[in-house]
Amino acid sequence: MRIPCPLCGSRDIREFDYMGHAQALDRPEPEAGAQAWDDYVHNRDNPAGPTRDLWFHGLGCGAWLVVDRDTVSHEITAAALARDVKGGAA
Amino acid sequence: MRFSGLRVLTEGLTGNKGWRPHWRDPAPKSDYDIIIIGGGGHGLSTAFYLAKEHGLTNIAVLEKGYIGGGNVGRNTTIVRANYNLPGNSEFYSHSLKLWEGLEQEVNYNAMMSQRGVLNLCHSDGQRDAFARRANSMINQGDDAVLLDREGVRKLVPYLDFDNIRFPIYGGLLHPRGGTARHDAVAWGYARGADSRGVDIIQNCEVTGIDVENGRVTGVQTSRGAIRARKVGIVVAGRSSQVAAMAGMRLPIESHILQAFVTEGLKPVIDHVVTFGMGHFYISQSDKGGLVFGGDLDFYASYAQRGNLPMAEHVMEAAMTLMPMIGKARVLRSWGGIMDMSPDGSPVIDRTHIDGLYLNCGWCYGGFKAVPGSGNCFAHLIAQDRPHPAAARYRLDRFRTGIGLMDEEGTGAQHNLH
Repeated sequence: MRIPCPLCGSRDIREFDYMGHAQALDRPEPEAGAQAWDDYVHNRDNPAGPTRDLWFHGLGCGAWLVVDRDTVSHEITAAALARDVKGGAA
Repeated sequence: MRFSGLRVLTEGLTGNKGWRPHWRDPAPKSDYDIIIIGGGGHGLSTAFYLAKEHGLTNIAVLEKGYIGGGNVGRNTTIVRANYNLPGNSEFYSHSLKLWEGLEQEVNYNAMMSQRGVLNLCHSDGQRDAFARRANSMINQGDDAVLLDREGVRKLVPYLDFDNIRFPIYGGLLHPRGGTARHDAVAWGYARGADSRGVDIIQNCEVTGIDVENGRVTGVQTSRGAIRARKVGIVVAGRSSQVAAMAGMRLPIESHILQAFVTEGLKPVIDHVVTFGMGHFYISQSDKGGLVFGGDLDFYASYAQRGNLPMAEHVMEAAMTLMPMIGKARVLRSWGGIMDMSPDGSPVIDRTHIDGLYLNCGWCYGGFKAVPGSGNCFAHLIAQDRPHPAAARYRLDRFRTGIGLMDEEGTGAQHNLH
């Protein structure tokens, strides 16, 4: 797999660390309640098909990316800087 | 049909024309007492123990593909009970005992080979951790032998003992661990369940779970609706999809784990050897292939194949541990879909829907659990209370934080195991 880093261009997967589903960007309010926090920390849609997850370009520019990816085909269709993405789940 | 030495001999002399299919191919009935979704190792053993130990036989096992086509046919066949934490410790101990009686129980040659599992250590700290684990194993009633460097050398002289980064300090030997023929385990349980009246229905994909007034009433499938009083979900990497049919969102993320096998070689590796610092483990199949693997690719995937960085990492670890392996040629590689839970331990529990039971989260360790998981899941389904050996595999432990089983001590969040 190669990820099209918006800052560095297309780079090999070796340069990146997978950081889980992009729902991590949708952090609940501290007082949102146990269910909201359980959903945020533990529960996942875990889709077989298109997904959106976070990758850290640790061996590149150090940016956090939101990547549109297919979990069945491993096709990567888009990558954006996490700081530009509002909410992760979309 | 029972197997015996005489039967094998007779068939061998008469062209093997007398063998018949080992299980029926029934059409689904419209109604069962119990439906097991998933005809993998865990689902088949669940059906087998429901029939054998609980006298329940009006059961269907629904498999969307074919028996032996999922993870039970895609693993590296290792069997062991070398766990440390309460919860895991008694469960895997229970499962290993079932392994030891499996072939007699199902009258099927599962090629159970207790050749010993040897974990290697490369530092004083790791050796101390092994001593602690060995004591836990012995306390649990299983076997463990702490080996010094020379003790390891005696067993596996072909390793690179003086590797500059990972010199071998010693090892933890679990003599009752070993390997079993994975396909035969699936076939043996399938035949055992079928012969007791369980319907094993292949090419039957569940597309919906019917719930009325908080109680499960049946399932929708690619071969029509089937009613049932109780339904068990045991579908490994596809747990999230099937549970979603009942409105559940699970603490599971499916990941890819790769494995590799070389061309057949003469006997050279007598044990299962694990090199934890390199995320590498290896054994030799009875056909002669060196079967080995490493860690997850570490991204969510349903592809049943991995990428080259992890393949390279595994090959590098192999060369680090046993340089002689460089002369072997890789024949095949493949991947399995692992249902990863946040704390690395599984779930065998009821759900919020009456009559609906869940068995998932086996991470990359499902094969050794096949007998224990089925045995305990059958107990839960039949008696509506957990088997003592699996009582801690609660689904709500993530929400409550009570009873988390983080065997590796790395944390109870996704992507840490």
